[in-house]
Amino acid sequence: MTQPKLTLSGLSKSFPGVRALHDVSLELYPGEVTALIGENGAGKSTLVKVLTGIYPPDEGQIMLDGKPIVLGSAHRAFELGITAIHQETVLFDDLSVAENIYLGHTPRTRFKTIDWQKMRADARVLLKDMGAGHIDADTRLRDLAIANKHLVAVARAMSIDAEVVIMDEPTAALSYKEIEDLFALLELLKQDGKAVLFISHKFEEIYRIADRFAVFRDGEMVGKGLIKETSQSDVIRMMVGRSVDHIFPERQKSAGVPVLEVSDLSHPTEFDGINFTLHAGEILGFYGLVGAGRSEIMQAIFGLTKTSRGSVALDGKVLSVASPADAIEAGIVYVPEERGKQGVVVDLPIFQNVALPSLKKTGRNGFLALANEFALTRQYTERLDLRAASLSQNAGTLSGGNQQKIVIAKWLATQPRVIILDEPTKGIDIGSKAAVHAFMAELVAEGLAVIMVSSELPEIMGMSDRIVVMRAGRMVEVLENKDLTADRVVRLAIGAHDEAAA
Amino acid sequence: MTRLLRARETWLALAIIALLAAISLRAPNFTRPDNLASIFNDTAILMILALGQMVVILTRSIDLSIAANVALSGMVIALVNQAYPGVPVPLLIVAAPLLGLAFGAINGFLVWRLDIPSIVVTLGTLTIYRGLTFLIAGGQWVNADEMTADFIAITRITLLGLPLLSWVALLVAVSFYVVMTRTPIGRSIYAIGVNPTASVYAGIDLGRTKFIAFCISGVVAGLCGYLWVSKFVIASSETAIGYELQVIAACVIGGVSIAGGVGTVGSAVLGAIFLGVIGRALPVIGVSPFWQMAISGTAIIIAVVLNARTERKKGRIILKRAEGAA
Amino acid sequence: MNEQRHATRNIPDRLDNPLRAALLSWQALLLAVAIAIFIANSLASSYFLSPWSLSDATFNFTEKALIALAMALLIIAGEIDLSVAAIIALASTMMGLALQFGAGTPVLVAVGIGTGLLCGAFNGALVTRLGLPSIVVTIGTMSLFRGISFIVLGDRAFKGYPASFAFFGQGYVYWVVSFEFVLFLAMALIYFVLLHRTSFGRRVFTIGNNAVAAQFSGVRVERIKFLLFCLTGVMSGIAAVLLTSRLGSTRPSIAQGWELDVITMVVLGGVSILGGAGSITGVVIAAFIMGLVTFGMGLLNVPGIVQSIFIGMLLIVVIALPIVVGKLRGFRK
Repeated sequence: MTQPKLTLSGLSKSFPGVRALHDVSLELYPGEVTALIGENGAGKSTLVKVLTGIYPPDEGQIMLDGKPIVLGSAHRAFELGITAIHQETVLFDDLSVAENIYLGHTPRTRFKTIDWQKMRADARVLLKDMGAGHIDADTRLRDLAIANKHLVAVARAMSIDAEVVIMDEPTAALSYKEIEDLFALLELLKQDGKAVLFISHKFEEIYRIADRFAVFRDGEMVGKGLIKETSQSDVIRMMVGRSVDHIFPERQKSAGVPVLEVSDLSHPTEFDGINFTLHAGEILGFYGLVGAGRSEIMQAIFGLTKTSRGSVALDGKVLSVASPADAIEAGIVYVPEERGKQGVVVDLPIFQNVALPSLKKTGRNGFLALANEFALTRQYTERLDLRAASLSQNAGTLSGGNQQKIVIAKWLATQPRVIILDEPTKGIDIGSKAAVHAFMAELVAEGLAVIMVSSELPEIMGMSDRIVVMRAGRMVEVLENKDLTADRVVRLAIGAHDEAAA
Repeated sequence: MTRLLRARETWLALAIIALLAAISLRAPNFTRPDNLASIFNDTAILMILALGQMVVILTRSIDLSIAANVALSGMVIALVNQAYPGVPVPLLIVAAPLLGLAFGAINGFLVWRLDIPSIVVTLGTLTIYRGLTFLIAGGQWVNADEMTADFIAITRITLLGLPLLSWVALLVAVSFYVVMTRTPIGRSIYAIGVNPTASVYAGIDLGRTKFIAFCISGVVAGLCGYLWVSKFVIASSETAIGYELQVIAACVIGGVSIAGGVGTVGSAVLGAIFLGVIGRALPVIGVSPFWQMAISGTAIIIAVVLNARTERKKGRIILKRAEGAA
Repeated sequence: MNEQRHATRNIPDRLDNPLRAALLSWQALLLAVAIAIFIANSLASSYFLSPWSLSDATFNFTEKALIALAMALLIIAGEIDLSVAAIIALASTMMGLALQFGAGTPVLVAVGIGTGLLCGAFNGALVTRLGLPSIVVTIGTMSLFRGISFIVLGDRAFKGYPASFAFFGQGYVYWVVSFEFVLFLAMALIYFVLLHRTSFGRRVFTIGNNAVAAQFSGVRVERIKFLLFCLTGVMSGIAAVLLTSRLGSTRPSIAQGWELDVITMVVLGGVSILGGAGSITGVVIAAFIMGLVTFGMGLLNVPGIVQSIFIGMLLIVVIALPIVVGKLRGFRK
């Protein structure tokens, strides 16, 4: 048996309030593709960042060809021959293809200036060898399609003679044809003896291209093996693992009157023909792959983006929502996915975050009344069991889970009719997760209508009354959450049947 | 390579040509070669400074002290020339950029090591450098009769129909072209402006690169210190006062994005020429020169609007993707 | 678990907040600087401590400080306006034009403030409607506004403002207390309340800290930024009325270079140029510091341009000090 190229043993990495990686051991073999499988927040991205030298691990060892290495910086990882191709390509839009390939290791002339001719010529040869001769080395990257940008990233990896290539969901934004091209390239990398770590949600892809797999859940590796010897359903079982009713609250399902009616909502490029009705006391789950257009729909309902067609009605009245302020006034609130950027203002105290949309209520004629703000904040944060030293503490000093509680408290304080939660438990610890779930159950019991966007299957299946499955900007199906199998939902979301037919 | 940008520069060049053509209808002499050469000579200093400023702006910073640096470096050189007429002028010409470099390095150091926003640093050094200019000269001016003949004459030597000042500007433009397109530091400067995060991933030191950008801007400011004094034959604390905004305007009109990462040598040069042509054209076509300021203001606003157009990011395209996949 | 739960039931409103203490000490630092300058001045010149001298000293900074109040809000919200001095020039020119048509004092004041408002609204519209960066937009409008003054006036000047108009820039409310100074104190109080005691002010801080999260929380970000540009325009208009009244004439070069003084005042006052933090108290103290330095050194016949060295150094040192101290502390840890 061949020696592993890269060996990870006992890697751990924690962030305040989150255990991102725990005791992870993994081997990558030359000439083989290892698929990394797991839900969002399972620790895959953290692993990629550790391997590319962005985060130092708290514990554990990384060995290259059996020798221990320390990846002090991104540059060091690059020098050692470890390179990553990211979901959102980390390249330079305004530089040319050749420059992107050679940035950081440009060929020089005798006078130490960049040898443009050699660089272009090398780039051309490299691209041609990869079967990507159609890409002009002089084109500005901005003008390339995403698939071609990926090819440039691969070319960059080849140009440094990388030993280990990490591909972080490279196919998420590609068309069928482009994926085929990428796979041809992967075969090329395998023949070249590179060790490839391949991250993807799509099982067909994994079963087509990967030799090995490793399944992550909650920062731990829960299983690994050879693809040939493992069935698809075994992998799915490992991935969703934990028993579904374990942490999800029991609740009485009693859908009331229709509250929110969305009809034919469409956007020129993001989503099309969205129809659904949300009832009082109901949790409506939205499931799909990352980039299926779920968040985009929610942000349109919340007034952040303009739609091209369709309408949103609350209690039978059609709304004209031009900004979040309008939506909030109508009683629709949105807990965004990007908590640190869009949810809380990290440099402001907790009470100011919570009171922000309710200043009209707490203040008197436009003047602040701090006592009211504190009272309001206390009322809602205590219901959510917030852990903090004081309400004047900056929101950024809290863990992800507690920040999420602040965002939810902020919205509850406005006494909304509809609350939209976008990946509400992404990247937060198990304890806070349970608190958020319990609280959602409480809210619907009080008659609130809840939309929950989630990419975590257990969460979707454990919390929703009905599930809208989305794919590529369109609704695939609306499922009653009764006697559903995880397998069926996943298959709908990834379009397994469709693609087999195509 | 950079098709969009090139289009922008072509567009600006065409605008300048159209402007020249329109003016020559009213005043045929305006486009005579010697007049064009003279316009170019008058624009030379603005052009050199715009190139230096562009490098700083590319790194998402700004150098408000660039004109004060011109005044201070120029004053030091003029005072030395006045006090020690024996010091050879070429030595002074070498000393000027070095002085400028030192002042630029101070800016760069504060930005790099102390992480103070460049606008604050250079706002501070702007007043300091200008105050020092006044202080070292004891509030006096250095006039033409106090300078040596060589000191004044060198920039006026004519080679192949162009004064030396113009040749210096051309040489500087060519050097910038080489540095910005042919050297790793040039690429690093673009890279940190386009995408600072990715630059760190690629092993580029952000602070150090900014420091170098400020040094570059300092060097050209120092050089212009000598050029300015020699051209206008006077050194005072009022030298080039408020000129930093003119320099930034030239960059913006040329299409340099204030958000960093976008701008070429051609864009800074053409932006400066555009302002220069307008300045010279107004009296010729019988418009009061008092219109110049409002016109360049309007030009800046139009340029910013156009810049924003080309920079606007595309939204996510989910649906198209679906059609492609199906 | 029970213990934890118990603990969370009593999250206090406040602890002794080190940040708050730091902020206070920042203002304390500024105040100490101001007092030191005051003492140095009174030692250096025997004229300094006379009431009339001190009163004269206030004229040096009140007009700029009035603009600085509004500029502080604008910078806290993450924008900037470099065109304020040009707005003064244009507003003063418009007043001069109105004068040519025989306008009386009330009309002159209205024209001055109205011009400021329009200029501010123009800046605001360009920034918020078209989504342009305020620093370049206002470099453009700075040339445009002053350029219009030059077109109107050329190298001429407007003179002959009515006697009653002189009160704004030259009048005294009581004994040595000038109208300008009283107006500044009143405005400082209003801006203090606006920024630190109203919902509007809270939203301004939120926008400066994180405009995206503010928008996601229902703050009408664009509208507030637009209002702040208008406010800065209005304050520049008021400053134009005072300055025109004080000088008794209008030239297109009026208030040249003031924008940098105003911004220096704001930044020296502890407002973060990156937005999100600052206080009116700090700006007011900074205004006094700049006024005292200018006036005190003026008494000693130190030319204005040399005084600016001191201001420039003060600016960098005051900003750099907390950073250097922070770094040194970091080393010790």
